[in-house]
Amino acid sequence: MLPLLRHARYVLSENPVTGIAFGLFALFLFAAILGPVLAPYNPMQSNAAMALKPPSVAHWFGTDQLGRDIFSRVLVATRLDLTIAFASVILAFFLGALSGVAAGYFGGWTDRIVGRLADTIMAFPLFVLAMGIVAALGNEVINIVIATAIINFPLYARVARAEANVRRDAGFVEAARLSGNGETRVLLGHVLPNIMPIMMVQMSLTMGYAILNAAGLSFIGLGVRPPAAEWGIMVAEGANFIQSGEWWIALFPGATLMLAVFCFNLLGDGLRDIIDPRMRT
Amino acid sequence: MGLTMKRRSFIRTTAAASAAVTAAPAIWSEAKAQARNETLLLVTESPPNSMDIQGVGTNRPAYEVSWNTYDRLITYGAKKDANGNDHYDYTKLEPELATDWNVTPTSATFKLRKDAKFHDGTPITAKDVKWSFDRAVSVGGFPTFQMAAGSLEKKEQFVVVDDNTFRVDFLRADKLTMPDIGVPVPVIMNSELCKKNATATDPWAMEWLKNNLAAGGAYKIERWQPGQEVVFARNDDWKNGPMPKVRRVIQRIIPSAGNRRALLERGDADISFDLPSKDFAELKTSPKLTVIGTPIENAMMYLGMNVNQKPFDNVKVRQAVAWAVPYQQIMDSVMFGQAIPLFGGADNKFKGVYWPQKDGYKTDIAKAKALMAEAGYPNGFETTLSFDLGLASTNEPLTILVQESLAQIGIKSTINKIPGANWRGELLKKNMPMITNAFGGWLNYPEYFFFWCYHGQNAVFNTMGYKNPTIDALIDKARFTTGPEYEAAVKGFIDIAFEEVPRVPIFQPLLNVAMQKNVTGYRYWFHRQLDYRQLVKS
Amino acid sequence: MLNLLLSRLATAIPSIVGVVIVTFILTRMLPGDPAAYFAGLAASPQAIAEIRTKLGLDKPLPEQFVAYIGDLLHGNLGNSLSTGQPVVTEIATRLPASAELTLFALILAVAIAIPLGVLAAVKQGTWIDHTCRIVTTAGVSLPVFFTGLLFAYVFYYLLQWAPAPTGRLDVFLSAPTHITGFYLIDSALTGNLEAFWGALSQLALPAISMAIFSLAPLARMTRGSMLAVLGSDFIRTARASGLSPRTVVFTYAFRNAVLPVITTLGMVFSFLLGANVLIETVFAWPGIGLYAVNALITSDYAPVQGFVLTMAVLYVVLNLTIDFLYGLVDPRVRLDS
Repeated sequence: MLPLLRHARYVLSENPVTGIAFGLFALFLFAAILGPVLAPYNPMQSNAAMALKPPSVAHWFGTDQLGRDIFSRVLVATRLDLTIAFASVILAFFLGALSGVAAGYFGGWTDRIVGRLADTIMAFPLFVLAMGIVAALGNEVINIVIATAIINFPLYARVARAEANVRRDAGFVEAARLSGNGETRVLLGHVLPNIMPIMMVQMSLTMGYAILNAAGLSFIGLGVRPPAAEWGIMVAEGANFIQSGEWWIALFPGATLMLAVFCFNLLGDGLRDIIDPRMRT
Repeated sequence: MGLTMKRRSFIRTTAAASAAVTAAPAIWSEAKAQARNETLLLVTESPPNSMDIQGVGTNRPAYEVSWNTYDRLITYGAKKDANGNDHYDYTKLEPELATDWNVTPTSATFKLRKDAKFHDGTPITAKDVKWSFDRAVSVGGFPTFQMAAGSLEKKEQFVVVDDNTFRVDFLRADKLTMPDIGVPVPVIMNSELCKKNATATDPWAMEWLKNNLAAGGAYKIERWQPGQEVVFARNDDWKNGPMPKVRRVIQRIIPSAGNRRALLERGDADISFDLPSKDFAELKTSPKLTVIGTPIENAMMYLGMNVNQKPFDNVKVRQAVAWAVPYQQIMDSVMFGQAIPLFGGADNKFKGVYWPQKDGYKTDIAKAKALMAEAGYPNGFETTLSFDLGLASTNEPLTILVQESLAQIGIKSTINKIPGANWRGELLKKNMPMITNAFGGWLNYPEYFFFWCYHGQNAVFNTMGYKNPTIDALIDKARFTTGPEYEAAVKGFIDIAFEEVPRVPIFQPLLNVAMQKNVTGYRYWFHRQLDYRQLVKS
Repeated sequence: MLNLLLSRLATAIPSIVGVVIVTFILTRMLPGDPAAYFAGLAASPQAIAEIRTKLGLDKPLPEQFVAYIGDLLHGNLGNSLSTGQPVVTEIATRLPASAELTLFALILAVAIAIPLGVLAAVKQGTWIDHTCRIVTTAGVSLPVFFTGLLFAYVFYYLLQWAPAPTGRLDVFLSAPTHITGFYLIDSALTGNLEAFWGALSQLALPAISMAIFSLAPLARMTRGSMLAVLGSDFIRTARASGLSPRTVVFTYAFRNAVLPVITTLGMVFSFLLGANVLIETVFAWPGIGLYAVNALITSDYAPVQGFVLTMAVLYVVLNLTIDFLYGLVDPRVRLDS
């Protein structure tokens, strides 16, 4: 652990951008946990008298069509957006990593089936596949999570397969096998933990993509239910107001969304540098 | 808004300066400038899906195509509305293909224009009219339904007297028969051309007419790119009305409302209907554009409750909801004043033979709470509130406000957005507990609206599944009577509708249209599509 | 080489079959009843039932699937409900629009990302490197529909630099003579300068919005691959033998670093085809993405199936092309097969 920390410090000093990303990440986590407590206004409460007001001291990000405080809504939306992203990434990880590891480790039919599955999903226009899944299952948060996880599945499966394949005959695996462990046990207890660092990087990189995907779904009307605050929906709603000069409705949620994705992307890069020095680019 | 305007005009001044530097290549050639002057550019949200108004699944934009390319026997006259704008007049029937007609209690005989020709040069005769009317009552679906609304139901009713004389025999005395002949459905088709393209399995040439015109109307179709644009060119041989002024009309599909507004404001597009209320409210103050808003006849936006489900089977609950709707807030924050209130009248009674009209409900949470307690729901209940995703720009903020207000009387509602195609299916099933929706009838008679929306025949528009023998009797009576008897019937069903509130009227929508200052001659039509024939671009 | 391509093709076929099955199931799961939609609002239950029979929707799913496959083998993708046209012709007329936009965006992205990546690698660890990383990462972090809307607002509405976002060509210009279906190429071939300029100015905003989105993977890959090559023995040898840094970087290193970038290109292209869906909605671009979104939202089966199938085939063809290119650039691949 100590060398890893030392290496992390080295990477951070070498690459200050990663430090910024970690800071941002902490900020987003903070907002996700404490958002509802910190929000200055009730994010759901309309106020006809205050509709469509530009940013001011009272309303930092202005108000929307129904007079709701955009800053509060952006803040509170953090939890929902991060939940969707985390949940879908974790689901994709479970589906992808397990089947990918099995494919790489056992080879043969397992490998062929998982490979075909991944190929088939990859051959879809991914965003349209997500749209189709949400349209078919109904636009609930859980379905958005499932759709996002499915389109991310091949990425995980492929990386996991490649990594497991390399380690299949490694010494430590051989040792575990010789000491009487069953195949499943070797797979879950020895191979999987070894590829975790690389999967972590993958997860961080796909978090950003998951957020963008959910936002895109919201934009075409397949997002979460109103009146829930969600960044993508807020941008989509605000889009109708850009031309009439009420830029703040779309801009602030849009900028926050961008910042979050930006943060996860940088974080993914940074994690990759820390965890796997060989992969440093 | 003052601040916004100032900021924007500032930006525009600086923009003009920079545009001068880059020498905007907007107009390159003379030919293009010429074309621009003689062409009307219309931008709309959704594309027509057919050229045949009697086709299966024909959508609303296609009505516009049909209206401008085909003729009907008769049409409606025009009057000026309260604001001095052209408005069709449902009391005046005027010649189109028919120059003259004679109505007796049992039939109507039409004299056809002698020199009228289809686009291909074939003269238009009574056999074409009969073939077209036969088709309308035979193909089923919407056209047949609409014909039946005017008691036009059987082929035998349509008689060719001679080449230029056509007779409709009445099945019964129905005051909607003549008006129904002027609606968009009974268009006159070139029967020889159609028969040539008909097949044994498709005797009415449904397939062919979907993508081809067999018309003789004021405009021809020059180019049709499905989903993108339709280019109309004037038919210079048209005889069935005054020669239209605009030579070409281009209908372009622009899906984004923001872009449609920008195109209008920048002067690139000439005319558009499809903008959010807020944009119309703002464009009304723009010096560069004309915005005309006409109340849509016989139409209302309403909150409907399913009377066959608990707890909305209880009239007290429905009344409680009617007292809890945040009407004024909807008018201000959702409609930006671009609608006519249907709430807050002096009392909850009939106010005259017109529809829609104000009921007596207004927002009164205390009263609503009391009614909830009386109904046995002092702590409220949970339900869902659904709307059509395709109409989200109005419905979404509206339902959010309703949801918030209902929460105050203990009703916890979940908002359910239903995608466009599914909406029809869901309406047909009639099991959504609560919806927001709009309905408008073509023919401007109260009983016409009630026949669709409150009658126990339970048409799909009776979205609440409301059944009441008393109201049915009154509606049926109103359809076939006149004078005081008629008025009493109308009073009867309106009073019941207000008292029982299966649907809570919210507002009467406006049909707004924005156009460049040099475009004039716009006329409001009950079908809410644009009539190119009266427009002038100077 | 040929063998390699053939074997690749053979592995691609099961994916396509998978796509056909999944799409069929998914579209049948979509809510909404096309028969009710077709029949119109005033339809009676009998009318709806009749239409259901006519469309074959009353048959059990397996039977419908067989019918669908039959049609597919005859090149019939069905009719769209919302435009009333056969899906095959609509996709055929709309595909060039999407392809032109996507390719143009890709070329734009490559033209920016590769120099950026090379620069970042050569100046590794400096502020230039960090800036490149931040800029490209910021690009991929922007929701592409948001960028598009913002661009339309700023460059059309406020600054008036760009033409109205009304599709591929100004309304009052006529399309160039159809040769390839790509307006830029067609108008250039026929010497129609006005149409060329018109098409180019319409392409600019949507293409830039998409290009920004795809800078990151290309730049990152270029940088990584350049770094790997720059650190290798033969470059050290080249440097030691006194070649100018310019020759070393461009002639020796870059040529060798370009291979992995080509592989990334394929991924980025399919990525962009997906982003198309949103960008076309913003710019009223008459491509297949806009077509698919509209169809999906109205539960219009046939166009969705047609679109997905087209994209899957495109994806496979694209990957084959890349394998082929790879073979051309890297003789080792040829030897391997």
